[in-house]
Amino acid sequence: MHLLVCGGTGCRASASDAIVGKLEKELEEKNLQDDVQVVMTGCFGFCEKGPIVKVLPDNTFYVQVKPDDAKSIVEEHVIKGRKVDKLLYRDPETSKEISDSKHMGFYKKQLRIALRNCGVINPESIDEAIARDAYAALAKVLGEMTPEQAIQEMINSGLRGRGGGGFPTGLKWKFAADNKADQKYVVCNADEGDPGAFMDRSILEGDPHSVIEAMAINGYCIGASKGLVYIRAEYPLAIERLKTAINHARDYGLLGENILGTNFSFDIEMRYGAGAFVCGEETALIHSMEGERGEPTFKPPFPAESGYLGKPTNVNNVETYANIPVIYLKGANWFNKIGTEKSKGTKVFALAGKINNVGLIEVPMGTTLREVIYEIGGGIKDGKKFKAVQTGGPSGGCLTEKHLDTPIDYDTLIASGSMMGSGGMIVMDEDDCMVSVARFYLDFTVEESCGKCSPCRIGNKRLYEQLDIICKGKGTLDDLDKLRNLSHVIKDTSLCGLGQTSPNPVLSTLDNFYHEYLEHVNDKKCRAGVCKDLMQYIIDNEQCVGCTACARVCPVGAISGERKGPHNIDQTICIKCGACIEKCKFSAISIQ
Amino acid sequence: MVKIKSLADLQKLKADMQTKVDLREKGESAENLVQVKVAMATCGIASGAKQVMEFFMDELEKRNIEAVVTQTGCMGYCYAEPTIEVTLPNQDPVVFGYVDTKKADEIIEKYVKEGILVDGIIPVNYETIDDKNK
Ligand SMILES: Cc1cc2nc3c(=O)[nH]c(=O)nc-3n(C[C@H](O)[C@H](O)[C@H](O)COP(=O)(O)O)c2cc1C
Ligand code: SF4
Ligand code: SF4
Repeated sequence: MHLLVCGGTGCRASASDAIVGKLEKELEEKNLQDDVQVVMTGCFGFCEKGPIVKVLPDNTFYVQVKPDDAKSIVEEHVIKGRKVDKLLYRDPETSKEISDSKHMGFYKKQLRIALRNCGVINPESIDEAIARDAYAALAKVLGEMTPEQAIQEMINSGLRGRGGGGFPTGLKWKFAADNKADQKYVVCNADEGDPGAFMDRSILEGDPHSVIEAMAINGYCIGASKGLVYIRAEYPLAIERLKTAINHARDYGLLGENILGTNFSFDIEMRYGAGAFVCGEETALIHSMEGERGEPTFKPPFPAESGYLGKPTNVNNVETYANIPVIYLKGANWFNKIGTEKSKGTKVFALAGKINNVGLIEVPMGTTLREVIYEIGGGIKDGKKFKAVQTGGPSGGCLTEKHLDTPIDYDTLIASGSMMGSGGMIVMDEDDCMVSVARFYLDFTVEESCGKCSPCRIGNKRLYEQLDIICKGKGTLDDLDKLRNLSHVIKDTSLCGLGQTSPNPVLSTLDNFYHEYLEHVNDKKCRAGVCKDLMQYIIDNEQCVGCTACARVCPVGAISGERKGPHNIDQTICIKCGACIEKCKFSAISIQ
Repeated sequence: MVKIKSLADLQKLKADMQTKVDLREKGESAENLVQVKVAMATCGIASGAKQVMEFFMDELEKRNIEAVVTQTGCMGYCYAEPTIEVTLPNQDPVVFGYVDTKKADEIIEKYVKEGILVDGIIPVNYETIDDKNK
């Protein structure tokens, strides 16, 4: 028998160490230490109800366990085999006790469709992939469906693009299929330029065959015999695994001429990008593959009309593709029951920032931010207070406390002033300054703007400068209006999606954290203590004993004072390095 | 290599592979194998998954334990890399996080040899598409 005690950061804070100690002591007293092992585990992800103890092999799940409960767990459960009722989890709706973790709603929070094989199969073995149904969808489509039927199935599934825009995939395929041409192309967008995002990389590294299979299905539907994967050269492992997978698929005849004995032929080539963010935009991506400069061009014409080498081209994202084989195997009607009315299926997110369980998660559309952050993510690091969550990367915005219970899908995120984007999700706490966050994203955009059109090239630079002035404590109320006006101009007049969305981080922080902007310009204060120019290190005359420790450590000689007399920091010299505050043994120095 | 020329070929290969994988995973019949999967995506490798995988391969052989060590993709528990999954014959897979060679040694000695769980288990917290079907 095993007693598993959650050792996640959240539970640890609420005494799981003490629980382990008590359990071990109880077991020893009963001379059971050799028969029952107490094991500390990683986070169960149900921190709201922690600390958690799970009993194996019967899978009993105890919540909100206190060290003093150790006795009853050992005496009742371990010795007499009776469950300790008061520690069982109660279903919030029926208030019935649930003892088996498999039946707890909580464990249904994540559903892996796109990630179904990641971490399950050996990505370099096509046989293992086939054992898990790889290429069965391709066989089904080629054998049982006409391209029109297959496109209709995709439309019925309600799948929308996971690369950011959320355009219905089936419709996009239909446009490309309807345009007649001697050659058409299928392109997989694996540029993934969003800072902090690594969903696509993980899929390619963990389950490359799902993408290859879906591209072949895509080719059959629109009448293309050539596929191209545009991937950034900074992803060497993903490139390696994808190449291996393509070769294996060719060896088996699953790519090449007359696939599965039909007259459909399809093959895939790789194209490497240098990692510019704008090259993820589909027209820029196509130009980059053609050997031109990676700059966007005006749409229309859309790639479905005139894309790679002027031929009809369908561009989809890696995660979009990874969903597709399952949709054909289980049917559009299986898929479109998952998610919300207008956003079907699941979304993979890369959870990062001030959260305990940083990682890759996949949840049905319609899951709330609260569920993601507190139940799956294990809550905020170090027990701090949640402030905001950034979604959509440089094109998105910051959501706050009041959005925590909004179900996440494409449309609700846009309505809340952010967007889905590719799936980066950065959690922020009270130590994050929202003006600085906006400045961070603008810095990124200025760096990554291709410079083709002036609103984006010049406008974003000006936005960045305004934000910088505010962070330095030299901003005025006027600047806030200017920020807003300029943001709207950039959105309305930029050529491509980069410029059209780049002011979103500014607008959403202005909307949701206007008070922080006000504090920066009116009171010259940064509540998070991030903007150095708005901070002052002050010595309290009452507390200071004149030990001179701070003056000796100050690297710029900003601190003066007599021995045994109160010391003073010259604010014009101080560089806010914080060295003095660490040295003072008398807590005489504070930040204001 | 034999080409797969039809749906029937694919299904046959799938069935073959499935029995093979099942045999390995469930250890039915004579093959009572231990299976170790190491998450080897960029994140895992960066935190030392390669050394851990080599350690398992070398040590399991040295200690005469019949086992298959394979690599797999990202399991999603980035905060606890390197992560590995160990499946003993006839048992559910168990995932361990923060596995360095020291932990790996403990896992072999305690869990693999004696079936005693050790600290650092990561509970599975998602549904799969197969669960969703039921
Ligand atoms: C500035 C910019 C960057 C983009 N970066 C990516 C990217 O890294 N990956 C991606 O799949 N789509 C990216 N897109 C979206 C693509 O233009 C395109 O809509 C997408 O690849 C279509 O695939 P989907 O319908 O499957 O989402 C970007 C768009 C813009 C405007
Ligand atoms: S909006 Fe920015 S990235 Fe897009 S074309 Fe204009 S300058 Fe280039
Ligand atoms: S270290 Fe503290 S007590 Fe000593 S002189 Fe500086 S402020 Fe005063």
